[in-house]
Amino acid sequence: MPVATIAGADVAVDDEGFMTEFDEWNDEIAKFLAGQIGIELADRHWEVINFVRSDYKAQGETPTLRRVSTVGGVPTKELFQLFPKKPAKKMSYISGVPKPHGCV
Amino acid sequence: MTTVQEAPVVVPDFGDEDTDRKICFIASKGTLDMVYPSLVMANAALGEGIETHIFFTFWGMDIITKERQEDLQFTWMGNTAMHPPGKKMHMPQGLAGLPGMTGMATKMMKKQIADLDVPEVPDFVQMIVDAGGQLWACKMSADMMDLTMDDLIDDVQGIISATDFIELSEGAQVIFT
Repeated sequence: MPVATIAGADVAVDDEGFMTEFDEWNDEIAKFLAGQIGIELADRHWEVINFVRSDYKAQGETPTLRRVSTVGGVPTKELFQLFPKKPAKKMSYISGVPKPHGCV
Repeated sequence: MTTVQEAPVVVPDFGDEDTDRKICFIASKGTLDMVYPSLVMANAALGEGIETHIFFTFWGMDIITKERQEDLQFTWMGNTAMHPPGKKMHMPQGLAGLPGMTGMATKMMKKQIADLDVPEVPDFVQMIVDAGGQLWACKMSADMMDLTMDDLIDDVQGIISATDFIELSEGAQVIFT
Protein backbone atom coordinates (compact mmCIF):
# COMPACT_ATOMS: atom_id res chain seq x y z
CA MET A 1 0.00 0.00 0.00
CA PRO A 2 1.59 3.33 -1.01
CA VAL A 3 2.01 6.15 1.47
CA ALA A 4 1.72 9.78 0.47
CA THR A 5 2.73 12.88 2.38
CA ILE A 6 -0.17 15.28 2.28
CA ALA A 7 -0.24 18.57 4.16
CA GLY A 8 2.70 17.39 6.26
CA ALA A 9 1.18 14.04 7.25
CA ASP A 10 1.89 10.53 6.01
CA VAL A 11 -1.30 8.95 4.81
CA ALA A 12 -2.03 5.53 3.33
CA VAL A 13 -3.69 5.58 -0.09
CA ASP A 14 -4.83 2.89 -2.52
CA ASP A 15 -3.62 2.44 -6.08
CA GLU A 16 -6.05 5.06 -7.35
CA GLY A 17 -5.05 7.62 -4.73
CA PHE A 18 -8.04 7.24 -2.38
CA MET A 19 -7.16 7.35 1.32
CA THR A 20 -7.55 4.03 3.07
CA GLU A 21 -7.33 5.01 6.75
CA PHE A 22 -10.37 6.91 7.98
CA ASP A 23 -8.57 8.36 11.01
CA GLU A 24 -5.62 9.77 9.07
CA TRP A 25 -7.86 12.39 7.45
CA ASN A 26 -8.06 16.02 8.57
CA ASP A 27 -9.33 19.34 7.20
CA GLU A 28 -5.97 20.31 5.74
CA ILE A 29 -5.75 17.03 3.87
CA ALA A 30 -9.27 17.58 2.52
CA LYS A 31 -8.32 21.01 1.21
CA PHE A 32 -5.24 19.58 -0.43
CA LEU A 33 -7.09 16.66 -2.05
CA ALA A 34 -9.80 19.02 -3.30
CA GLY A 35 -7.12 21.23 -4.82
CA GLN A 36 -5.66 18.23 -6.62
CA ILE A 37 -8.91 17.85 -8.54
CA GLY A 38 -9.59 21.54 -9.04
CA ILE A 39 -12.15 22.11 -6.29
CA GLU A 40 -11.95 24.97 -3.81
CA LEU A 41 -13.90 24.00 -0.70
CA ALA A 42 -16.73 26.31 0.36
CA ASP A 43 -19.22 25.93 3.22
CA ARG A 44 -21.58 23.71 1.24
CA HIS A 45 -18.73 21.36 0.31
CA TRP A 46 -17.92 21.04 4.00
CA GLU A 47 -21.53 20.19 4.80
CA VAL A 48 -21.33 17.32 2.33
CA ILE A 49 -17.92 16.20 3.57
CA ASN A 50 -19.01 16.27 7.21
CA PHE A 51 -22.14 14.28 6.40
CA VAL A 52 -20.22 11.74 4.32
CA ARG A 53 -17.73 11.19 7.12
CA SER A 54 -20.23 10.97 9.95
CA ASP A 55 -22.47 8.67 7.92
CA TYR A 56 -19.52 6.47 6.99
CA LYS A 57 -18.57 6.24 10.63
CA ALA A 58 -22.12 5.37 11.68
CA GLN A 59 -23.01 3.00 8.82
CA GLY A 60 -19.65 1.52 7.91
CA GLU A 61 -20.07 2.40 4.25
CA THR A 62 -19.91 5.49 2.08
CA PRO A 63 -23.32 7.07 1.46
CA THR A 64 -24.56 7.16 -2.12
CA LEU A 65 -25.60 10.44 -3.75
CA ARG A 66 -29.20 9.47 -3.06
CA ARG A 67 -28.45 9.19 0.65
CA VAL A 68 -26.49 12.45 0.73
CA SER A 69 -29.50 14.21 -0.76
CA THR A 70 -32.30 12.55 1.27
CA VAL A 71 -30.55 12.13 4.62
CA GLY A 72 -27.76 14.70 4.32
CA GLY A 73 -30.07 17.33 2.88
CA VAL A 74 -27.98 18.50 -0.08
CA PRO A 75 -30.07 18.21 -3.28
CA THR A 76 -28.86 16.10 -6.20
CA LYS A 77 -28.65 19.11 -8.50
CA GLU A 78 -26.38 20.91 -6.06
CA LEU A 79 -24.13 17.87 -5.61
CA PHE A 80 -23.45 17.95 -9.34
CA GLN A 81 -22.54 21.63 -9.05
CA LEU A 82 -20.29 21.20 -6.01
CA PHE A 83 -18.47 18.14 -7.34
CA PRO A 84 -18.86 18.38 -11.12
CA LYS A 85 -19.37 15.34 -13.35
CA LYS A 86 -18.59 12.56 -10.89
CA PRO A 87 -19.94 13.79 -7.58
CA ALA A 88 -19.98 10.46 -5.74
CA LYS A 89 -16.35 9.66 -6.45
CA LYS A 90 -15.12 13.20 -5.90
CA MET A 91 -16.86 13.73 -2.57
CA SER A 92 -15.53 10.36 -1.35
CA TYR A 93 -12.00 11.17 -2.46
CA ILE A 94 -11.99 14.48 -0.61
CA SER A 95 -13.71 13.00 2.45
CA GLY A 96 -11.11 10.28 2.79
CA VAL A 97 -13.52 7.35 2.42
CA PRO A 98 -13.90 4.63 -0.24
CA LYS A 99 -16.05 5.12 -3.32
CA PRO A 100 -19.71 4.26 -2.67
CA HIS A 101 -20.67 0.70 -3.60
CA GLY A 102 -24.43 1.12 -3.73
CA CYS A 103 -26.13 1.13 -7.14
CA VAL A 104 -28.42 4.05 -6.39
CA MET B 1 4.67 0.66 2.99
CA THR B 2 6.85 1.92 0.19
CA THR B 3 7.51 5.30 -1.29
CA VAL B 4 6.98 8.60 0.46
CA GLN B 5 6.27 11.58 -1.76
CA GLU B 6 5.36 15.22 -1.36
CA ALA B 7 2.09 14.81 -3.25
CA PRO B 8 -0.41 11.95 -3.37
CA VAL B 9 1.20 9.07 -5.17
CA VAL B 10 -1.66 9.06 -7.60
CA VAL B 11 -4.50 11.49 -8.18
CA PRO B 12 -7.54 9.50 -9.28
CA ASP B 13 -8.45 9.94 -12.90
CA PHE B 14 -11.93 11.42 -12.74
CA GLY B 15 -12.02 11.69 -16.50
CA ASP B 16 -12.56 15.42 -16.42
CA GLU B 17 -11.34 15.73 -19.95
CA ASP B 18 -14.52 16.10 -21.96
CA THR B 19 -15.69 12.66 -22.91
CA ASP B 20 -17.83 12.10 -25.97
CA ARG B 21 -19.36 9.04 -24.37
CA LYS B 22 -23.13 9.21 -24.57
CA ILE B 23 -25.76 6.65 -23.58
CA CYS B 24 -29.38 6.39 -24.70
CA PHE B 25 -31.73 4.04 -22.90
CA ILE B 26 -34.96 2.89 -24.49
CA ALA B 27 -37.53 2.19 -21.79
CA SER B 28 -40.30 0.08 -23.29
CA LYS B 29 -41.84 -1.66 -20.28
CA GLY B 30 -44.31 -0.44 -17.70
CA THR B 31 -44.23 -3.24 -15.14
CA LEU B 32 -42.70 -2.21 -11.85
CA ASP B 33 -39.82 -4.68 -12.07
CA MET B 34 -38.93 -3.72 -15.63
CA VAL B 35 -38.83 0.05 -15.26
CA TYR B 36 -35.93 -0.03 -12.83
CA PRO B 37 -33.15 -1.33 -15.10
CA SER B 38 -33.08 1.76 -17.30
CA LEU B 39 -33.60 4.13 -14.36
CA VAL B 40 -30.82 2.59 -12.28
CA MET B 41 -28.36 2.47 -15.15
CA ALA B 42 -29.22 5.97 -16.38
CA ASN B 43 -28.64 7.30 -12.88
CA ALA B 44 -25.30 5.50 -12.69
CA ALA B 45 -24.25 6.86 -16.08
CA LEU B 46 -25.08 10.42 -15.00
CA GLY B 47 -23.01 9.89 -11.86
CA GLU B 48 -20.09 9.12 -14.14
CA GLY B 49 -20.50 12.39 -16.00
CA ILE B 50 -21.89 10.78 -19.14
CA GLU B 51 -24.50 12.48 -21.34
CA THR B 52 -27.61 10.39 -20.77
CA HIS B 53 -30.98 10.23 -22.50
CA ILE B 54 -34.00 8.01 -21.90
CA PHE B 55 -36.49 7.42 -24.70
CA PHE B 56 -39.83 6.16 -23.39
CA THR B 57 -41.92 4.03 -25.70
CA PHE B 58 -44.97 1.75 -25.52
CA TRP B 59 -45.68 0.77 -21.91
CA GLY B 60 -42.59 2.65 -20.81
CA MET B 61 -44.67 5.79 -21.41
CA ASP B 62 -46.33 5.08 -18.06
CA ILE B 63 -43.07 6.02 -16.33
CA ILE B 64 -43.47 9.63 -17.47
CA THR B 65 -47.27 9.86 -17.58
CA LYS B 66 -48.51 11.98 -14.67
CA GLU B 67 -51.53 9.84 -13.91
CA ARG B 68 -49.75 6.52 -14.14
CA GLN B 69 -46.18 6.84 -12.90
CA GLU B 70 -47.14 6.32 -9.24
CA ASP B 71 -49.22 3.29 -9.97
CA LEU B 72 -46.99 0.80 -11.80
CA GLN B 73 -47.74 -2.82 -10.95
CA PHE B 74 -45.88 -6.09 -10.66
CA THR B 75 -47.17 -9.57 -11.45
CA TRP B 76 -45.32 -12.85 -11.66
CA MET B 77 -47.78 -14.18 -14.20
CA GLY B 78 -45.68 -15.58 -17.02
CA ASN B 79 -42.50 -15.09 -14.99
CA THR B 80 -41.38 -18.59 -14.09
CA ALA B 81 -38.30 -17.26 -12.30
CA MET B 82 -40.38 -15.67 -9.54
CA HIS B 83 -39.49 -16.89 -6.08
CA PRO B 84 -39.79 -15.31 -2.66
CA PRO B 85 -36.55 -13.61 -1.54
CA GLY B 86 -33.99 -16.15 -0.40
CA LYS B 87 -36.28 -19.14 -0.96
CA LYS B 88 -35.59 -22.05 -3.26
CA MET B 89 -39.26 -22.61 -4.12
CA HIS B 90 -41.03 -21.13 -7.14
CA MET B 91 -44.33 -19.30 -6.87
CA PRO B 92 -47.03 -21.33 -8.61
CA GLN B 93 -48.12 -19.60 -11.80
CA GLY B 94 -51.77 -20.36 -11.07
CA LEU B 95 -51.69 -18.23 -7.94
CA ALA B 96 -50.66 -15.12 -9.87
CA GLY B 97 -54.07 -14.84 -11.48
CA LEU B 98 -56.05 -14.85 -8.24
CA PRO B 99 -57.85 -11.61 -7.34
CA GLY B 100 -55.69 -9.25 -5.30
CA MET B 101 -52.46 -11.07 -6.10
CA THR B 102 -51.02 -8.34 -8.34
CA GLY B 103 -51.68 -5.75 -5.63
CA MET B 104 -50.00 -7.91 -3.03
CA ALA B 105 -46.98 -8.68 -5.22
CA THR B 106 -46.67 -4.98 -6.09
CA LYS B 107 -46.75 -3.97 -2.45
CA MET B 108 -44.08 -6.54 -1.57
CA MET B 109 -41.79 -5.44 -4.36
CA LYS B 110 -42.20 -1.77 -3.46
CA LYS B 111 -41.22 -2.58 0.10
CA GLN B 112 -38.11 -4.47 -1.00
CA ILE B 113 -37.09 -1.56 -3.20
CA ALA B 114 -37.73 0.96 -0.41
CA ASP B 115 -35.71 -1.17 2.02
CA LEU B 116 -32.70 -0.60 -0.24
CA ASP B 117 -33.31 3.14 -0.02
CA VAL B 118 -34.04 3.16 -3.74
CA PRO B 119 -36.71 5.75 -4.56
CA GLU B 120 -40.13 5.06 -6.03
CA VAL B 121 -40.56 5.79 -9.72
CA PRO B 122 -41.65 9.48 -9.60
CA ASP B 123 -38.80 10.38 -7.22
CA PHE B 124 -36.35 8.36 -9.23
CA VAL B 125 -37.27 10.15 -12.46
CA GLN B 126 -36.90 13.49 -10.67
CA MET B 127 -33.47 12.47 -9.38
CA ILE B 128 -32.39 11.61 -12.94
CA VAL B 129 -33.60 14.98 -14.21
CA ASP B 130 -31.77 16.75 -11.37
CA ALA B 131 -28.62 14.89 -12.34
CA GLY B 132 -28.93 16.19 -15.90
CA GLY B 133 -30.71 13.28 -17.59
CA GLN B 134 -32.85 14.07 -20.63
CA LEU B 135 -36.26 12.49 -21.15
CA TRP B 136 -37.99 11.91 -24.49
CA ALA B 137 -41.37 10.43 -25.35
CA CYS B 138 -42.18 8.31 -28.40
CA LYS B 139 -44.55 9.88 -30.91
CA MET B 140 -46.17 6.67 -32.10
CA SER B 141 -46.86 5.61 -28.50
CA ALA B 142 -48.25 9.04 -27.64
CA ASP B 143 -50.55 8.88 -30.67
CA MET B 144 -51.66 5.32 -29.85
CA MET B 145 -52.36 6.15 -26.22
CA ASP B 146 -53.84 9.54 -27.00
CA LEU B 147 -51.27 11.36 -24.88
CA THR B 148 -50.01 14.92 -25.33
CA MET B 149 -47.27 16.87 -23.55
CA ASP B 150 -49.94 17.95 -21.03
CA ASP B 151 -50.32 14.34 -19.89
CA LEU B 152 -46.59 13.89 -19.38
CA ILE B 153 -44.46 15.15 -16.51
CA ASP B 154 -43.01 18.61 -17.11
CA ASP B 155 -39.44 17.42 -17.46
CA VAL B 156 -40.07 15.53 -20.69
CA GLN B 157 -38.28 17.49 -23.39
CA GLY B 158 -40.44 16.47 -26.26
CA ILE B 159 -42.46 13.87 -28.12
CA ILE B 160 -40.18 12.70 -30.90
CA SER B 161 -40.36 10.34 -33.87
CA ALA B 162 -38.29 7.24 -34.42
CA THR B 163 -36.18 9.19 -36.90
CA ASP B 164 -35.60 11.93 -34.33
CA PHE B 165 -34.39 9.29 -31.89
CA ILE B 166 -31.99 7.82 -34.41
CA GLU B 167 -30.55 11.31 -34.95
CA LEU B 168 -30.43 11.96 -31.22
CA SER B 169 -28.57 8.73 -30.55
CA GLU B 170 -25.86 9.27 -33.14
CA GLY B 171 -22.57 8.17 -31.64
CA ALA B 172 -24.31 6.91 -28.48
CA GLN B 173 -24.42 3.53 -26.85
CA VAL B 174 -28.06 2.47 -27.09
CA ILE B 175 -29.54 0.11 -24.52
CA PHE B 176 -33.02 -1.36 -24.93
CA THR B 177 -34.90 -2.28 -21.79
